[in-house]
Amino acid sequence: MITGRFFAAGADRRIAITIFILLAVAIIVPLLNLAVSPTSAFYVPAYIVALTGKYLCYALLALSLDLVWGYCGILSLGHGAFFALGGYAMGMYLMRQIGSRGVYGNPILPDFMVFLNYKELPWFWYGFDHFWFAAIMVLAVPGLLAFVFGWFAFRSRVTGVYLSIITQAMTYALLLAFFRNDMGFGGNNGLTDFKDILGFNVQADATRSALFAASAVMLAFAVFTTWAIVGSKYGKLLMAVRDAESRTRFLGWRAENVKLFAFTVSAVMAGIAGALYVPQVGIINPGEFEPSNSIEVVIWAAVGGRGTIVGPIIGALLVNAGKSWFTGVLPELWLFALGGLFVAVTLLLPKGIIGMWDSWRGNAKALRAASVAEEAGAKVAVASATSKPARSPARNPGEWSWSEPEPQAAE
Amino acid sequence: MSKSNTILYLDGVSVSFDGFRAINNLSLVLDKGEMRAIIGPNGAGKTTMMDIVTGKTRPDEGEVFFDGQVDLTRHDEAEIAMMGIGRKFQKPTVFESHTIEENLMLALKGPRSIFPALFHRRSAAEARQIDDILGIIRLGDKRHELAANLSHGQKQWLEIGMLLAQDPKLLLVDEPVAGMTDAETEETARLLKDIARDHSVIVVEHDMHFVRELGVKVTCLHEGSVLSEGTLDFVSADERVVEVYLGR
Repeated sequence: MITGRFFAAGADRRIAITIFILLAVAIIVPLLNLAVSPTSAFYVPAYIVALTGKYLCYALLALSLDLVWGYCGILSLGHGAFFALGGYAMGMYLMRQIGSRGVYGNPILPDFMVFLNYKELPWFWYGFDHFWFAAIMVLAVPGLLAFVFGWFAFRSRVTGVYLSIITQAMTYALLLAFFRNDMGFGGNNGLTDFKDILGFNVQADATRSALFAASAVMLAFAVFTTWAIVGSKYGKLLMAVRDAESRTRFLGWRAENVKLFAFTVSAVMAGIAGALYVPQVGIINPGEFEPSNSIEVVIWAAVGGRGTIVGPIIGALLVNAGKSWFTGVLPELWLFALGGLFVAVTLLLPKGIIGMWDSWRGNAKALRAASVAEEAGAKVAVASATSKPARSPARNPGEWSWSEPEPQAAE
Repeated sequence: MSKSNTILYLDGVSVSFDGFRAINNLSLVLDKGEMRAIIGPNGAGKTTMMDIVTGKTRPDEGEVFFDGQVDLTRHDEAEIAMMGIGRKFQKPTVFESHTIEENLMLALKGPRSIFPALFHRRSAAEARQIDDILGIIRLGDKRHELAANLSHGQKQWLEIGMLLAQDPKLLLVDEPVAGMTDAETEETARLLKDIARDHSVIVVEHDMHFVRELGVKVTCLHEGSVLSEGTLDFVSADERVVEVYLGR
């Protein structure tokens, strides 16, 4: 059944194309970097590989937000926290890989611990010398935090703006905590000076290409997973909770569990994005917990079109490409441009790029149907074709509103 | 009063919001298999009573028992729904971004946990049930349409269909014919009488013509307690009821 849907037309075909493109990019870009001579016109320089690899991580983060915001209406303003936690878990592994090559040459303690007079490794650093352990932590730490946070928040029926505010508070609290030196995570400076990942030099072109490919493949996998979740009966339920939460309760569903599952899965996805991001940028510090980072993720998703899976990915890629270009050419204007973009999207493209594309396509289709019918002289057909100006396939997902749409159950 | 053989038993129930007594020492008993119409002016506490029965509001005092032995005040909405109490809202509440069929699928009786829903595949039995319900509510030709595109009356019917899909023992139906034409109203009355053959039903309605059509025992609520109870003729002949409806 799943494969049948996968090759079907419409929105599902868009998902298939996206996955195909991502997998193709995962092969082609590393090839163009490694196998093509630097003088060739097709050569992709290493810095482009690293930069686009970073964008793909952002795209994965935006996709994770789309699952909870677009499909369940949970506007999380703290998704950067899950991203950063995944990043820290990976960073701790990379720190332990440095071994005795650090400035102080201590085989066990990372440099910052020697500097801060640590006598021995804190207990929570144990195990991070193994990649498999770090990989589990990349999934478990953000997932567990989201589970515990969501357990309390959803059970107490905190929704809407209030939920957004406490997610923001969560990431801010983590920001302050990670800034402290005695937290044992490198304080203000964070974790950096990485040398190896799985025995390969993180600076080497081949490693960077591999990390890029891993990011692209992981994003493709996440697109598939999100699509499968959203298309299942649970996915229908998720959207039902978004549109009329109390109605689902009176049908016997536990709306809090529905939200909790999506929130946890989403946090794990954000954690994976962070873990892929850190070796590519070479540093993780508490700045990643900045509330403004999380808000930027919301902008990416909104620009691309929430509740469309592909939209947030496009939004993340476009906005970040814009950011790189702007900060190179007109650095002082970037924040104004970002703010302006957000206002413009809210006013002009309330459904984001993908949502706009869909309704434009829908209108074009309706017009075409109308003109065909007119030629045939069948007036009845015109009426039926134009009376339903083909709406975008998802009515609510793109809609820009914080409150529940139409069916507001008696609450 | 004995609780045995009752489907719903409310005794001395009171609840107040910010000092306002929405329900005041209300006692109401519904026998198994009975259909009851509840009338009363605005603010009489009809919807609040349904909120109490379905677990949305907890009473300050009084007893609420379902099926003779289950204390409903100790359970929440989802648990109560799973026990077999279904509810149709005053304002038709359906999932507008889903199709008619999907709306029914979400309501269909079955396990209510996350993982079965994640790996759910529609069985032949479920498809048949959905077909049956679509036939009853006459929306078969619209099964793949979004619920948002339905007319008000059709949404009311879809919600009744969702109730049927839940297959509850007791149905609480709040203003099922609001916004319906006369023909649709008659149709709905026929449908509810059909349902009442093997379910217990409480119908809240303002439309006296519709209540007469149902031809069942009527309870008139006023200021949160029972004002009068009996046949429609008896209740509408009651001077206090007339007074309440016409104002003093």
